[in-house]
Amino acid sequence: MAEPASVPTAQRPERSPQERGEVILEVRDLVKHFPLTQGVIFRKHVGAVRAVDGVSFDLHRGETLGIVGESGCGKSTVAKLLVSLERPTAGQILYKGEDVATLSRRGLKAVRRNIQMVFQDPYTSLNPRMTVGDIIGEPFDIHPEVAPKGSRRTRVQELLDVVGLNPEYINRYPHQFSGGQRQRIGIARGLALNPEIIVADEPVSALDVSVQAQVVNLMERLQKEFGLAYIVIAHDLSVVRHISDRVGVMYLGRIVELGTDHEIYEHPTHPYTQALLSAVPVPDPELAEERERIILTGDVPSPANPPSGCRFRTRCWKAAERCALEVPPLAVPAEYRYAEGPAHHDSACFFAEDRPDLTHPEG
Amino acid sequence: MPPLLDVRDLYVEFRTRDGVVRAVNGVDYSVDAGQTLAVLGESGSGKSVTAQAVMGILDSPPGYVTGGRILFQGQDLLTLTPDARRRVRGARMAMIFQDALSSLNPVLSVGYQLAEMFQVHRGDSRKVARAKAVELMDRVRIPAAAQRAGDFPHQFSGGMRQRIMIAMAMALEPELIIADEPTTALDVTVQAQVMELLADLQREYRMGLILITHDLGVVADVADKIAVMYAGRIVETAPVHALYKRPAHPYTRGLLDSIPRLDQKGQELYAIKGLPPNLLRIPPGCPFHPRCPQARDVCAVDDPPLYEVTERDGAPVPGRASGCHFWKETMYG
Repeated sequence: MAEPASVPTAQRPERSPQERGEVILEVRDLVKHFPLTQGVIFRKHVGAVRAVDGVSFDLHRGETLGIVGESGCGKSTVAKLLVSLERPTAGQILYKGEDVATLSRRGLKAVRRNIQMVFQDPYTSLNPRMTVGDIIGEPFDIHPEVAPKGSRRTRVQELLDVVGLNPEYINRYPHQFSGGQRQRIGIARGLALNPEIIVADEPVSALDVSVQAQVVNLMERLQKEFGLAYIVIAHDLSVVRHISDRVGVMYLGRIVELGTDHEIYEHPTHPYTQALLSAVPVPDPELAEERERIILTGDVPSPANPPSGCRFRTRCWKAAERCALEVPPLAVPAEYRYAEGPAHHDSACFFAEDRPDLTHPEG
Repeated sequence: MPPLLDVRDLYVEFRTRDGVVRAVNGVDYSVDAGQTLAVLGESGSGKSVTAQAVMGILDSPPGYVTGGRILFQGQDLLTLTPDARRRVRGARMAMIFQDALSSLNPVLSVGYQLAEMFQVHRGDSRKVARAKAVELMDRVRIPAAAQRAGDFPHQFSGGMRQRIMIAMAMALEPELIIADEPTTALDVTVQAQVMELLADLQREYRMGLILITHDLGVVADVADKIAVMYAGRIVETAPVHALYKRPAHPYTRGLLDSIPRLDQKGQELYAIKGLPPNLLRIPPGCPFHPRCPQARDVCAVDDPPLYEVTERDGAPVPGRASGCHFWKETMYG
């Protein structure tokens, strides 16, 4: 069942780009618009919710890319696009150089085997009428080449063991398990086909604090064991920092800042990232008092009608005329282009400025 | 002067088909005017049920208060008639819930719902009540309050709805507000706005605030003192700084060690083993002992009381208590 309480190990070294594996997934200018219609019989298009509007990033073998953002920023739509649960309106998802969006049904099936998903809510993502063995074994029905009929049961029991559940539970139903155990079942199902990439959408946010740590540790162990690449989508910035090698910050359908976890958390240059970091409550009262908080005014604008130019400008304290006219590109800002150091990373702001003091007040 | 609210040895149980669920087992806590008490616990720890019992909104049946006293300004609420209790609720103590959308009536405008408070409790005319409702929306910083008073709950964003909940709780200027996970459903940037508003209003009106949460981060920012709950009882109470610096209960320490930190990175997280107990079958002795890394034989038999915590040299620490036989080892190693 639950693994024994673990002792903290040494600090994980930051991986340089050279040490990272090759790129296995390239996302280029990904766009997903959901049409808004009016009328029942004559469905008239009256606009579109621009859920994802030009998102690009790479994923390397064996790394974890975290995607953070508030609700409505399009992060879950990105997850669905990556596992082909939704088809993109425009843009490319290249898995080892092949565009997933234009693949034939058969080609898509092969790719899907290698990109699996773990869902947020372990209570609704498992069929209550199926036994755990059937749930974890179901991927083998679609991809019988992975495990021949006779060996399936043993394979499922192996998977249960791998995620820290008793293999004898194979005939039990989901309601007989706790939330944390169910999330382990969801992870086992994701692992069944030996994928290279796992997309996890809010994998621990439905769990109790004391159980979250168990699942986070499990995911990290599995990554080392199987060389998995993770895309972890979450709103909890502390969880994302803990497990990610690189982090992308999304706002209203776009990535506004992208870098290593150290670059993003210790040297954010985009005002939105800075506000987001400063707003996260820290479980340390002394630190909480010293920290500067940037409290944003207003709410996130509607993605059906996003502001022109920079989408953050309506809530930004640095906004100038230029921000309304031009869209700032996601690139290393001019001031830091030739600078060495952690401020040298992609940030979509005309007035990008390194703020190293937000998580550690005394610097 | 007695505390504003003093809960003493409270017991609540739910009589279900599967047996008696002992949700609250001897809880003591108190809040003074102008003070913020945070009640911290995971799901099933009894933190919300205790609050419901204090408010007198426990679903009964199946829930019953089976023991203890709830003293509000010295008066035991449990001895009041339902009518007298209702006069206290809303006017002198109010509650803010987690999910604003399901707590507001979807078919009535927010202005109407706020005005209703003044009509029912204060006997104001419709016009006066309406004006007061707009003023209240203004006070919780809802932009263009006069125009928005006619809007329905679904027309507001999550953060704005939570402001309306706060306005409704504030309406009759109660002495005590109980906020049950008020920001859990909100995004971090909005969460910061709402917590700031709540803290400002509390200071302005010198209200007592009970903040119920599972988030150790939120608590660190706003609370004066903390009560940590586990399996329907309080396992540790402490002033906020002291608790984070040096927890006196293994469960608190486990919680603090198991959350990832924004300002730190890379170490494997400490994980509390096992699962929270089933309240139908609470383990004998200390309820945390099956999950406790430092449990000894005595913990499985002997139910620990709340020990008064002292400094290493024996000097008393006001307001600190721990429900662990071995709190000294936990604190001082």
